[in-house]
Amino acid sequence: MIDVETEGVAPDTAVLRPHGRLNMVLAPRLREVVATTVQGGRSRVVVDLSSTDFMDSSGLGALIAGLKTARQAGGDLRIASVPEQVQTVLSLTNLDRVLRPHGTVEQAVGER
Amino acid sequence: MSRHGTRVPLWSKQALIRLLILATLVLGGNYIVWRYLYSVNWENWWIAVPLVLAETYSLIDGFLFGLAMWRIRDRGEPPPPPPDATVDVLITTYNEPIDLVATTARAAAAIRYPHRTWILDDGARPEMREAAEALGVGYLTRSDDWADRPRHAKAGNLNNALFATEGEFLLILDADQIPDPRILDRTLGYFDDHDVALVQTPQWFSNVTEADPLGSQAPLFYGPIQQGKDGWNAAFFCGSNAVVRREALMQLGIVGYVREVERGVRRALRSGRDLLRQARRDALAAGSDAVAALDRVRVAVDDAMAALDAGHPVAEVTYRFQRTVDDAARGLVASDVDRMRADLAAIGELPTGRHGLDVAAVDDEVLDQLSAREWSPLGAIESVRALVGSVDVDRGDEAQPVMPMATISVTEDMATAMRLHAFGWRSVFHHEILASGLAPEDLGTMLHQRLRWAQGTLQVMLRENPLVQRGLSWGQRLMYFATMWSYLSGFAALVYIAAPVIYLCFGVKPVQSFGGDFLSRLIPFLVVNQLLFLVVGWGIKTWRGQQYSLALFPLWIRATTTAVANVLFGRSLGFVVTSKERRTGGPSWGLIRPQLIAMGLLVAAAVIGTVRAVLGFAPTVQGTVVNVAWVIYDLVVLSVVVQAVRFRGSDAEVSEEEST
Repeated sequence: MIDVETEGVAPDTAVLRPHGRLNMVLAPRLREVVATTVQGGRSRVVVDLSSTDFMDSSGLGALIAGLKTARQAGGDLRIASVPEQVQTVLSLTNLDRVLRPHGTVEQAVGER
Repeated sequence: MSRHGTRVPLWSKQALIRLLILATLVLGGNYIVWRYLYSVNWENWWIAVPLVLAETYSLIDGFLFGLAMWRIRDRGEPPPPPPDATVDVLITTYNEPIDLVATTARAAAAIRYPHRTWILDDGARPEMREAAEALGVGYLTRSDDWADRPRHAKAGNLNNALFATEGEFLLILDADQIPDPRILDRTLGYFDDHDVALVQTPQWFSNVTEADPLGSQAPLFYGPIQQGKDGWNAAFFCGSNAVVRREALMQLGIVGYVREVERGVRRALRSGRDLLRQARRDALAAGSDAVAALDRVRVAVDDAMAALDAGHPVAEVTYRFQRTVDDAARGLVASDVDRMRADLAAIGELPTGRHGLDVAAVDDEVLDQLSAREWSPLGAIESVRALVGSVDVDRGDEAQPVMPMATISVTEDMATAMRLHAFGWRSVFHHEILASGLAPEDLGTMLHQRLRWAQGTLQVMLRENPLVQRGLSWGQRLMYFATMWSYLSGFAALVYIAAPVIYLCFGVKPVQSFGGDFLSRLIPFLVVNQLLFLVVGWGIKTWRGQQYSLALFPLWIRATTTAVANVLFGRSLGFVVTSKERRTGGPSWGLIRPQLIAMGLLVAAAVIGTVRAVLGFAPTVQGTVVNVAWVIYDLVVLSVVVQAVRFRGSDAEVSEEEST
């Protein structure tokens, strides 16, 4: 399941919160949600991973696809509240060379 | 080899194999050292040196084969499959007949282990879609993202499908490979080991005659060679009849994405410096306002490069870069807009208010629009626009940012397997025929296929030399290198044909003597080497493979030169013209012209050499005997192409009977 939060953030921003295991089953769903969110005019997307128990490479692939979608709309995709397991896969695949894990959603939203 | 009833217990066979490998090593080493130190005829260096190099080549080839055989591994019965794995069966097709693909899809749907079947139709044929729907299997074509971008053939087809399916494991099948219903039950169990990324099973062809003149069956490769590589945890992925763990492929995709993005952004920034210098010069000449903005972009380029060097994440660096460029553009537009506002304000003060122009109409929204990347004066400088576009993390030049299957070679399977191994994944070769396919039935098609394999393998060798890949063990490095090395045999073959011809016709000796010294070192080596082949390949036919590794010498040479031209100079690989006269005209002799010329020269040389010996012109009679024997061996090896060119398919006899 993926929550989409648009309250209390700027009109061009949305916070997405995937719950549970972000693996090959949930990854396609995340790609879709990012796409519809960006199409809806919120091209600055923050993925809050605080409720994500587990992420595999398909999940990482969905983050990259989302990053592409957001960038092409002139926005950005950032990740926040990264749990330890996710941090491990990020560094295992070097994806932390591309995406900076932000401590909190606020920090991720903060920098324009 | 479980298919063959009688077999020697593995342990004793293994011991015998190792003994023979050691003997080959000692005798081969002894021979080649003697050749270099005492028997090269330097006087005729132009043939003596090529010959000793060719022999060295063959010896290394033999040693690498021995190394593989040292650890030959028979997996025996596979472990039972897990109860709840999710599997996608992917059938790749481009232009194969609909019926053929449908037959494979029907068999795939009938695989016993629960799974979903998909036809990956790169030809996007409506009839194929209908057939898939009728069979109740999935149907996938490329997404819109692939339009106008590199398609990467089969690797691209699979990469596209990876994002449209979600099974934990993928069984990959070529369009003609009809799977056995047990294929998943017999392979999935290996994945209980969480480090296993790949289980490869043999490719076997049902339309090949007993004599197999085209050498389609590769029982040595899909047997001892793969088993030997397996012993070194280097069993190859061969593109079909293999089960792959999605996680492993995706991980490669992510790692590759990071590598390519960083490389691409750095490249763009580097070339950006020159580009900006040029743009600035042009802007100065035109007296444009853009000069100051270009200077800001130049500073942004330097900052971005410094930030990357300092280890800042690429997404952040590129984001900041893009913003700085946008700001520069906006500043440029803002000064224009200020001027417009001033003008409008002046108009507004005119006595007639009919114009109704509202100064406020030129508001921030207009400013935003005017400074949007495509519209701004900065964006008007095409080169700068391209630069800004390429300093990004979306890999805009590719259809998908993440490409799990390697796209550096036309043999994507080998390149992918090597990357998997370098990343620490394990592979398994399960020696049981679990799918049967269709081999090419004419020489032209077969040559085309072989050329592509050779070119692809050599591309990988030149682009990602296994000997220097971090993460691979030395055994793995040598196993990959062995396959690549074997494709260089064309040059050695040329020397093996030329040397006896030159000796017999002109009496030019490449060695000091063909006498007892020579034979007493060479013959024991050749004998143990053949014995090794015999023991390793007990019960399987290895002779066709040996023949083709020399007989296709023009093809191997062409593969090498085109692969080098492709990798180093960016030339296209080119294609073999496939024979269109198949089954209508006679054999297409043109395909084997170089071999026919070689055979003609060999026969002539044998005759001339014999006459010279009889007339007493030959340096020694023994030399003539050795070289005539050598010529006969060459002719026997080369003769396979004559059989091949005359071959008219396994069903030719049947159809001829039907037509009479």
